[in-house]
Amino acid sequence: MSVQTLNISTSPHLTKGLSTETIMFHVVLAMLPMVFFAIYSFGFNAALVIFTAVASCVLTEHVLCKISKKPTTIGDWSATITGILLGLTLPPIFPVWMTFLGGVIAIAMGKFLFGGLGYNAFNPALVGRAILQAAFPVAITTWYGAFQLDRFTTINSSVLAFPFTEPIVDGTTGATPLSAFKFDGITTDATELAFGVVSGSAGETSAILIILGGLYLIRRGFMNWRIPVAILVTVFVFSGLLFWIDPVKYPSPLFMLFSGGLMLGAVFMATDMVASPITSLGVVLYGVLIGALVVVIRIWGGLPEGVMYAILLGNAISPHIDRLIRYRVYGTSKVQGHE
Amino acid sequence: MRSGSKEERNSTDAVLTLHRHTFKHGVHPPENKDDTNGLPIRRFPFSPLIILPVVQHLGAPSKLLVKEGQEVTRGQLLAEADGYMSVPLHAPVTGKIRKIANVPTISGKMVPGIYLEASPSSTQELVEGDGIDPDTATPEEILAGVQNAGIVGLGGAAFPTHAKLKIPEGKRCDDLIINGIECEPYLTTDHRVMLEQSDDIYMGIRYLLKSTGAKRAIIGIEANKQDAADFLSARLPDDLPVSIEVVPVKYPQGAEKMLITALLGKEVPSGGLPIDVHAVVVNVATTAEIGRLLPHGRGIQERVITITGPGVNKKGNYLIPIGTPLRYVLDQVDINGRISEVYMGGPMMGVAVSNLDISIVKGTSGIVVFTDQEVSRPDRIYPCIKCGACVDACPLSLNPSKLGILAKFEAFDEMAKAYHLMDCFECGSCAYVCPSHIPLVQYFRLSKSMVRKRKAS
Repeated sequence: MSVQTLNISTSPHLTKGLSTETIMFHVVLAMLPMVFFAIYSFGFNAALVIFTAVASCVLTEHVLCKISKKPTTIGDWSATITGILLGLTLPPIFPVWMTFLGGVIAIAMGKFLFGGLGYNAFNPALVGRAILQAAFPVAITTWYGAFQLDRFTTINSSVLAFPFTEPIVDGTTGATPLSAFKFDGITTDATELAFGVVSGSAGETSAILIILGGLYLIRRGFMNWRIPVAILVTVFVFSGLLFWIDPVKYPSPLFMLFSGGLMLGAVFMATDMVASPITSLGVVLYGVLIGALVVVIRIWGGLPEGVMYAILLGNAISPHIDRLIRYRVYGTSKVQGHE
Repeated sequence: MRSGSKEERNSTDAVLTLHRHTFKHGVHPPENKDDTNGLPIRRFPFSPLIILPVVQHLGAPSKLLVKEGQEVTRGQLLAEADGYMSVPLHAPVTGKIRKIANVPTISGKMVPGIYLEASPSSTQELVEGDGIDPDTATPEEILAGVQNAGIVGLGGAAFPTHAKLKIPEGKRCDDLIINGIECEPYLTTDHRVMLEQSDDIYMGIRYLLKSTGAKRAIIGIEANKQDAADFLSARLPDDLPVSIEVVPVKYPQGAEKMLITALLGKEVPSGGLPIDVHAVVVNVATTAEIGRLLPHGRGIQERVITITGPGVNKKGNYLIPIGTPLRYVLDQVDINGRISEVYMGGPMMGVAVSNLDISIVKGTSGIVVFTDQEVSRPDRIYPCIKCGACVDACPLSLNPSKLGILAKFEAFDEMAKAYHLMDCFECGSCAYVCPSHIPLVQYFRLSKSMVRKRKAS
């Protein structure tokens, strides 16, 4: 019998063998098909936007870690996720310099300011996008048709706009299904939306791939399925009710489900563990709230799309949901948190 | 008490396949019991030297009755109980007291103890005392018998059993629960005891029913030990009001509170004891020990221990004399490779051994050995990402995520008052599931001791 120095530790001596890094890495994997489809349908422009977003997020995280004299945290993949999500929510012809700025803002303001991974009150990618939307309202609503013939041969000049200049809108711009509905009253077929043959943000267009990615993560146990289900069911029921009341004035529930950033938001953004409630009942309430806000903003608000603000509001409310919904402690009649 | 026995028997068959309740949350660690659950209990050789600490239980140390150089016979009283919260200590082997000195224990503390040299020539015959008849003895006589036998909870807690069986003034016990859950991964001692010592278990239940005044007994067994449930139900004496309930496998079902909820659907009040819901829970091996020792007035000298883990070649369930040095035990079971971690008890709640010179005590239910091949420590701790896995694992519905954050801020009072820290019994489910590898249980242990210290001062 040979004994090396005995390791001692306190119980439990077993772990499930999962790590935060693994979970994050699988989220990246689940998003890759969407990334490839975005590049396939929108061409080089989209590739450049997504690459810039990821590079800027990872670089910002690394530099900020170095400045604050901490070991770099880019290895946990969370900055990569933020970058991909940011890239996927931007128009495919969004100027590179703006995208880069968005990445810096997402990580610096959306995450680092709060204390880094685990402390961000909001989904960092949405913080970045919200500020881009406020700063560049024209560029961020300049859409681009999918499957342009020259998408693999040319890069749109607006993408390469010189830093701190507004791009000149060029090429073919295509109205998104949501703005077509909002401003011209035209609805798009839900099948087209599901397969992503419409114009929109790079990653918003193929609902099928988003759902598949989400199913993969749910199956691996890395995603709380209650969040997307609660959001989508709420949107479907709420908008279905309106459609039933007046099918001319209100869009069909299927159109509502598959258009815009709802799928991407419900599956990959609202599910940010840090910024969502912690109890099972809490996340359901959170999802219902986001779903309702999406419908309200889309139908009665001034914007064609409301997913981003709906999720940010949901994030803001989630600590309060955690305060409101707590499990009753075993053997007590009161919930915890009250003395 | 016995009039209802026929109905009880009839319902037994039904509940073998049907469970009515469960406790909330919990986890499913890999069981790893297959290596040893088919191996019958085998007697371990006597070690040439037995090392007996006088504190093997929760409570006051036993008071020594022997001197250095004295010859003692197996089963002879070596130390007597010092007060009510204490139990006596019996000689596990026939031999000579070589030394009375401080001995190492698993906590790292040195405590007074006895070095006992076994005589190789002795027949190791047992000394016995006065037996107790379960039918004629009074509850007080049975409790005294349990204490005199030196019996403590063999599931690992080592709480003096007679103190647990004493029904406080004004309370009553309706349900006697026999705990055959054994939810710790790797351990199979209770499983083997149920398969091999059914007569002792039922004899023990007679004593326990009498002393607690319970109307019925329920043996709770997890579904991964269906064979034990079938065996026990086939051997159940007609006159005993016992039912056997098989419950789904879930950790930490063996914890008293969780088992009561699983079997009776009741919750033990926070800060309370099982008796507050009219129940008493006794481990099945402890029950068997009571049933084996009390009829002969014997004291406890040995116990069944599962020795297993990837580092052990001769895995098995062994009947090992109390006080056998751990180093001797490991030599006998043939360790492969280089030992890097040894746990006494299971891997979820057991204690890591820092010194191989400690010995087997009454509360040792298992020895799990890992070599440097298998051990992989999480390389880093991530911040809490609020995934909620711990919240959905905690059997008491505490919020380990919040408690962990508060512990970092040393907000011990808030943890205790607002978040029920003191209810935590350190089952480890939260730390087991945590993807950020936050040592939550370690935080909570520290926080609890800080709360106790502040309360004391």
